[in-house]
Amino acid sequence: MESSKVIHAFYNDDEVLMDAVKAVKAEHLHIEEVFCPFPVHGLDKAMGLAPTRLAITAFFYGITGLCFAIWMTNYMMIQDWPQDIGGKPNFSWFANMPAFVPIMFELTVFFAAHLMVITFYMRSRLWPFKEAENPDPRTTDDHFLMEIPVNNNEAEITALLVKTGAVEINVVDKH
Amino acid sequence: MSHYEAPIREPLVLGDKSYHDITEDIAKPIEGAANKNWYIAFYISLAAMLWGFGCIFYTVGTGIGVWGLNKNIGWAWDITNFVWWVGIGHAGTLISAVLLLFRQKWRMAINRSAEAMTIFAVFQAGLFPIIHMGRPWNGYWVLPMPNQFGSLWVNFNSPLLWDVFAISTYLSVSLVFWWTGLLPDFAMIRDRAVKPFQKKIYALLSFGWSGRAKDWQRFEEVSLVLAGLATPLVLSVHTIVSMDFATSINPGWHSTIFPPYFVAGAIFSGFAMVQTLLGIMRKVTNLEDYITRMHIEYMNIVIILTGGIVAVAYATEFFIAWYTGSPYENYTYLSVGAATGPYAWAFWSLIIFNIITPQLLWIKKFRRSFIITFIISIAINIGMWFERFDIIAIVLSKGHLPSTWWRFEPTFVDVGIFVGTIGFFFVLFLLYARTFPVIAQAEVKTILKSSGEFYKKRREQGIPTKPAINLANVAGTSDKSNKE
Repeated sequence: MESSKVIHAFYNDDEVLMDAVKAVKAEHLHIEEVFCPFPVHGLDKAMGLAPTRLAITAFFYGITGLCFAIWMTNYMMIQDWPQDIGGKPNFSWFANMPAFVPIMFELTVFFAAHLMVITFYMRSRLWPFKEAENPDPRTTDDHFLMEIPVNNNEAEITALLVKTGAVEINVVDKH
Repeated sequence: MSHYEAPIREPLVLGDKSYHDITEDIAKPIEGAANKNWYIAFYISLAAMLWGFGCIFYTVGTGIGVWGLNKNIGWAWDITNFVWWVGIGHAGTLISAVLLLFRQKWRMAINRSAEAMTIFAVFQAGLFPIIHMGRPWNGYWVLPMPNQFGSLWVNFNSPLLWDVFAISTYLSVSLVFWWTGLLPDFAMIRDRAVKPFQKKIYALLSFGWSGRAKDWQRFEEVSLVLAGLATPLVLSVHTIVSMDFATSINPGWHSTIFPPYFVAGAIFSGFAMVQTLLGIMRKVTNLEDYITRMHIEYMNIVIILTGGIVAVAYATEFFIAWYTGSPYENYTYLSVGAATGPYAWAFWSLIIFNIITPQLLWIKKFRRSFIITFIISIAINIGMWFERFDIIAIVLSKGHLPSTWWRFEPTFVDVGIFVGTIGFFFVLFLLYARTFPVIAQAEVKTILKSSGEFYKKRREQGIPTKPAINLANVAGTSDKSNKE
């Protein structure tokens, strides 16, 4: 790859950043990444990011948890040891079902919540000893950083970014 | 335009704050040294905690007989404290989850601390189901694990087993919800840290959070789905706790009103505890611009609402006890059982602290006063402890058979363990306040322009929140590509 250079444009206001993202998009330039200190609403749409499917995964994880709870209560209470405990009916799962509802509910939530969070951590590559990858420490405080790859059009991009109100523009080598 | 908010709304962030000011204000308690008062509070809490641990070891080593329980009253302080602590924990999830679903912006300054309170309170609650066991070393038998006894399973009909599932799900889900929300804030501390050790610790805690647009998109979706899951969870957990009583056959316990009534009581007492803690915290951490009078007032409104629900539930219980025609119910509620019996003092404490005192909050001047809020919140915490004590001990002291009537007297071990959990709670909370960002800065920054005092004033004057672009402002336009 010949183009290993990127432009880092800094902004210090979320509304200016939004306009800048739209301006860069209007020029059909590729935005490699935007680093923000807080969620800027509508930024993903402006950048053209695909919506996340984490909620869909949570739904299926929840169904898994529910099925697990039904299987577990049925196996342990009805099939393996169908004992009479306080006169509770044990001849079929449905007959004793009301007593299993709390377990079914909790396991549904447990599976949906934890597996979705683990999916999020894996997809976003977050774990305890992960090195942070934001190029500038100010991006977790009050600066917004837009990263644009350069293909021999440095001057044009810089001119555009200056016009959008960038407070600092750096051209850096990306390895 | 994008930040339009009705001018009638009071600002949630006071003063002339920029994004960087928020960072500075929230990082300050972490980066500075603890003062003398912090150490005094910490050592008092630590002493209480160690005393409580001593009482726990004494109980486990000697036997439950060192408590004031007897053969009729098998639950008293242990389960009272358990339900009390679980109840306190519920406000945290309510603030972070339910208020998120309702898009309440005022939650943002308080959700971090409320969630911390939840987690530390559930730790305390979680102690009681273990230490009140006669054989706590066999506690792991409550888990449905394959085993060498021909795979002997647990009985899924028991609410005490539901409790195991409910509390462990609640604690673990609250923990990941809280931690995920902390990642951007830990990242902020990490990127500011000057001491290498501190940088290492916060780099570890922040899981390498970098704040990419995609990360934020996922982060918000995860928060929303977790809030959607935590809301039914918080309602179910205290429902399941209430079923420890409601599914029994004791008059005074067997009641279908318990699930919603316990949940309302949990939110009531939980918010009171949040008020107690934040009333002090906003002062000692100098975060008065973020936890404002407005926040205190909003929380007091929730307290009036849930306190009202609890009051209606008490009235309903009494009405149904009379209406049911069951002499046992009648006896428990209307006769010597509660209001006039040997526990009348506990019953009337409940009425005074839970029903009468909080009514003062209808007066606007009172619910906007920090001092009065603080006093009422303490009163509610006491009252809600008595609610659980009354439900448990009064009912058990007068059962179906008069020959089983007995009284309960706590011993110093009962009291010591309770004091120990309060100490343990404050040890955790004090350590938290020194090491964690106590306000979710990433969230507060999102509302600064819509709800900050400075920007609200500017909007009134017709100045847009978006700064004008000054082309001469581009500071370091440079080519760094040859440096590396």
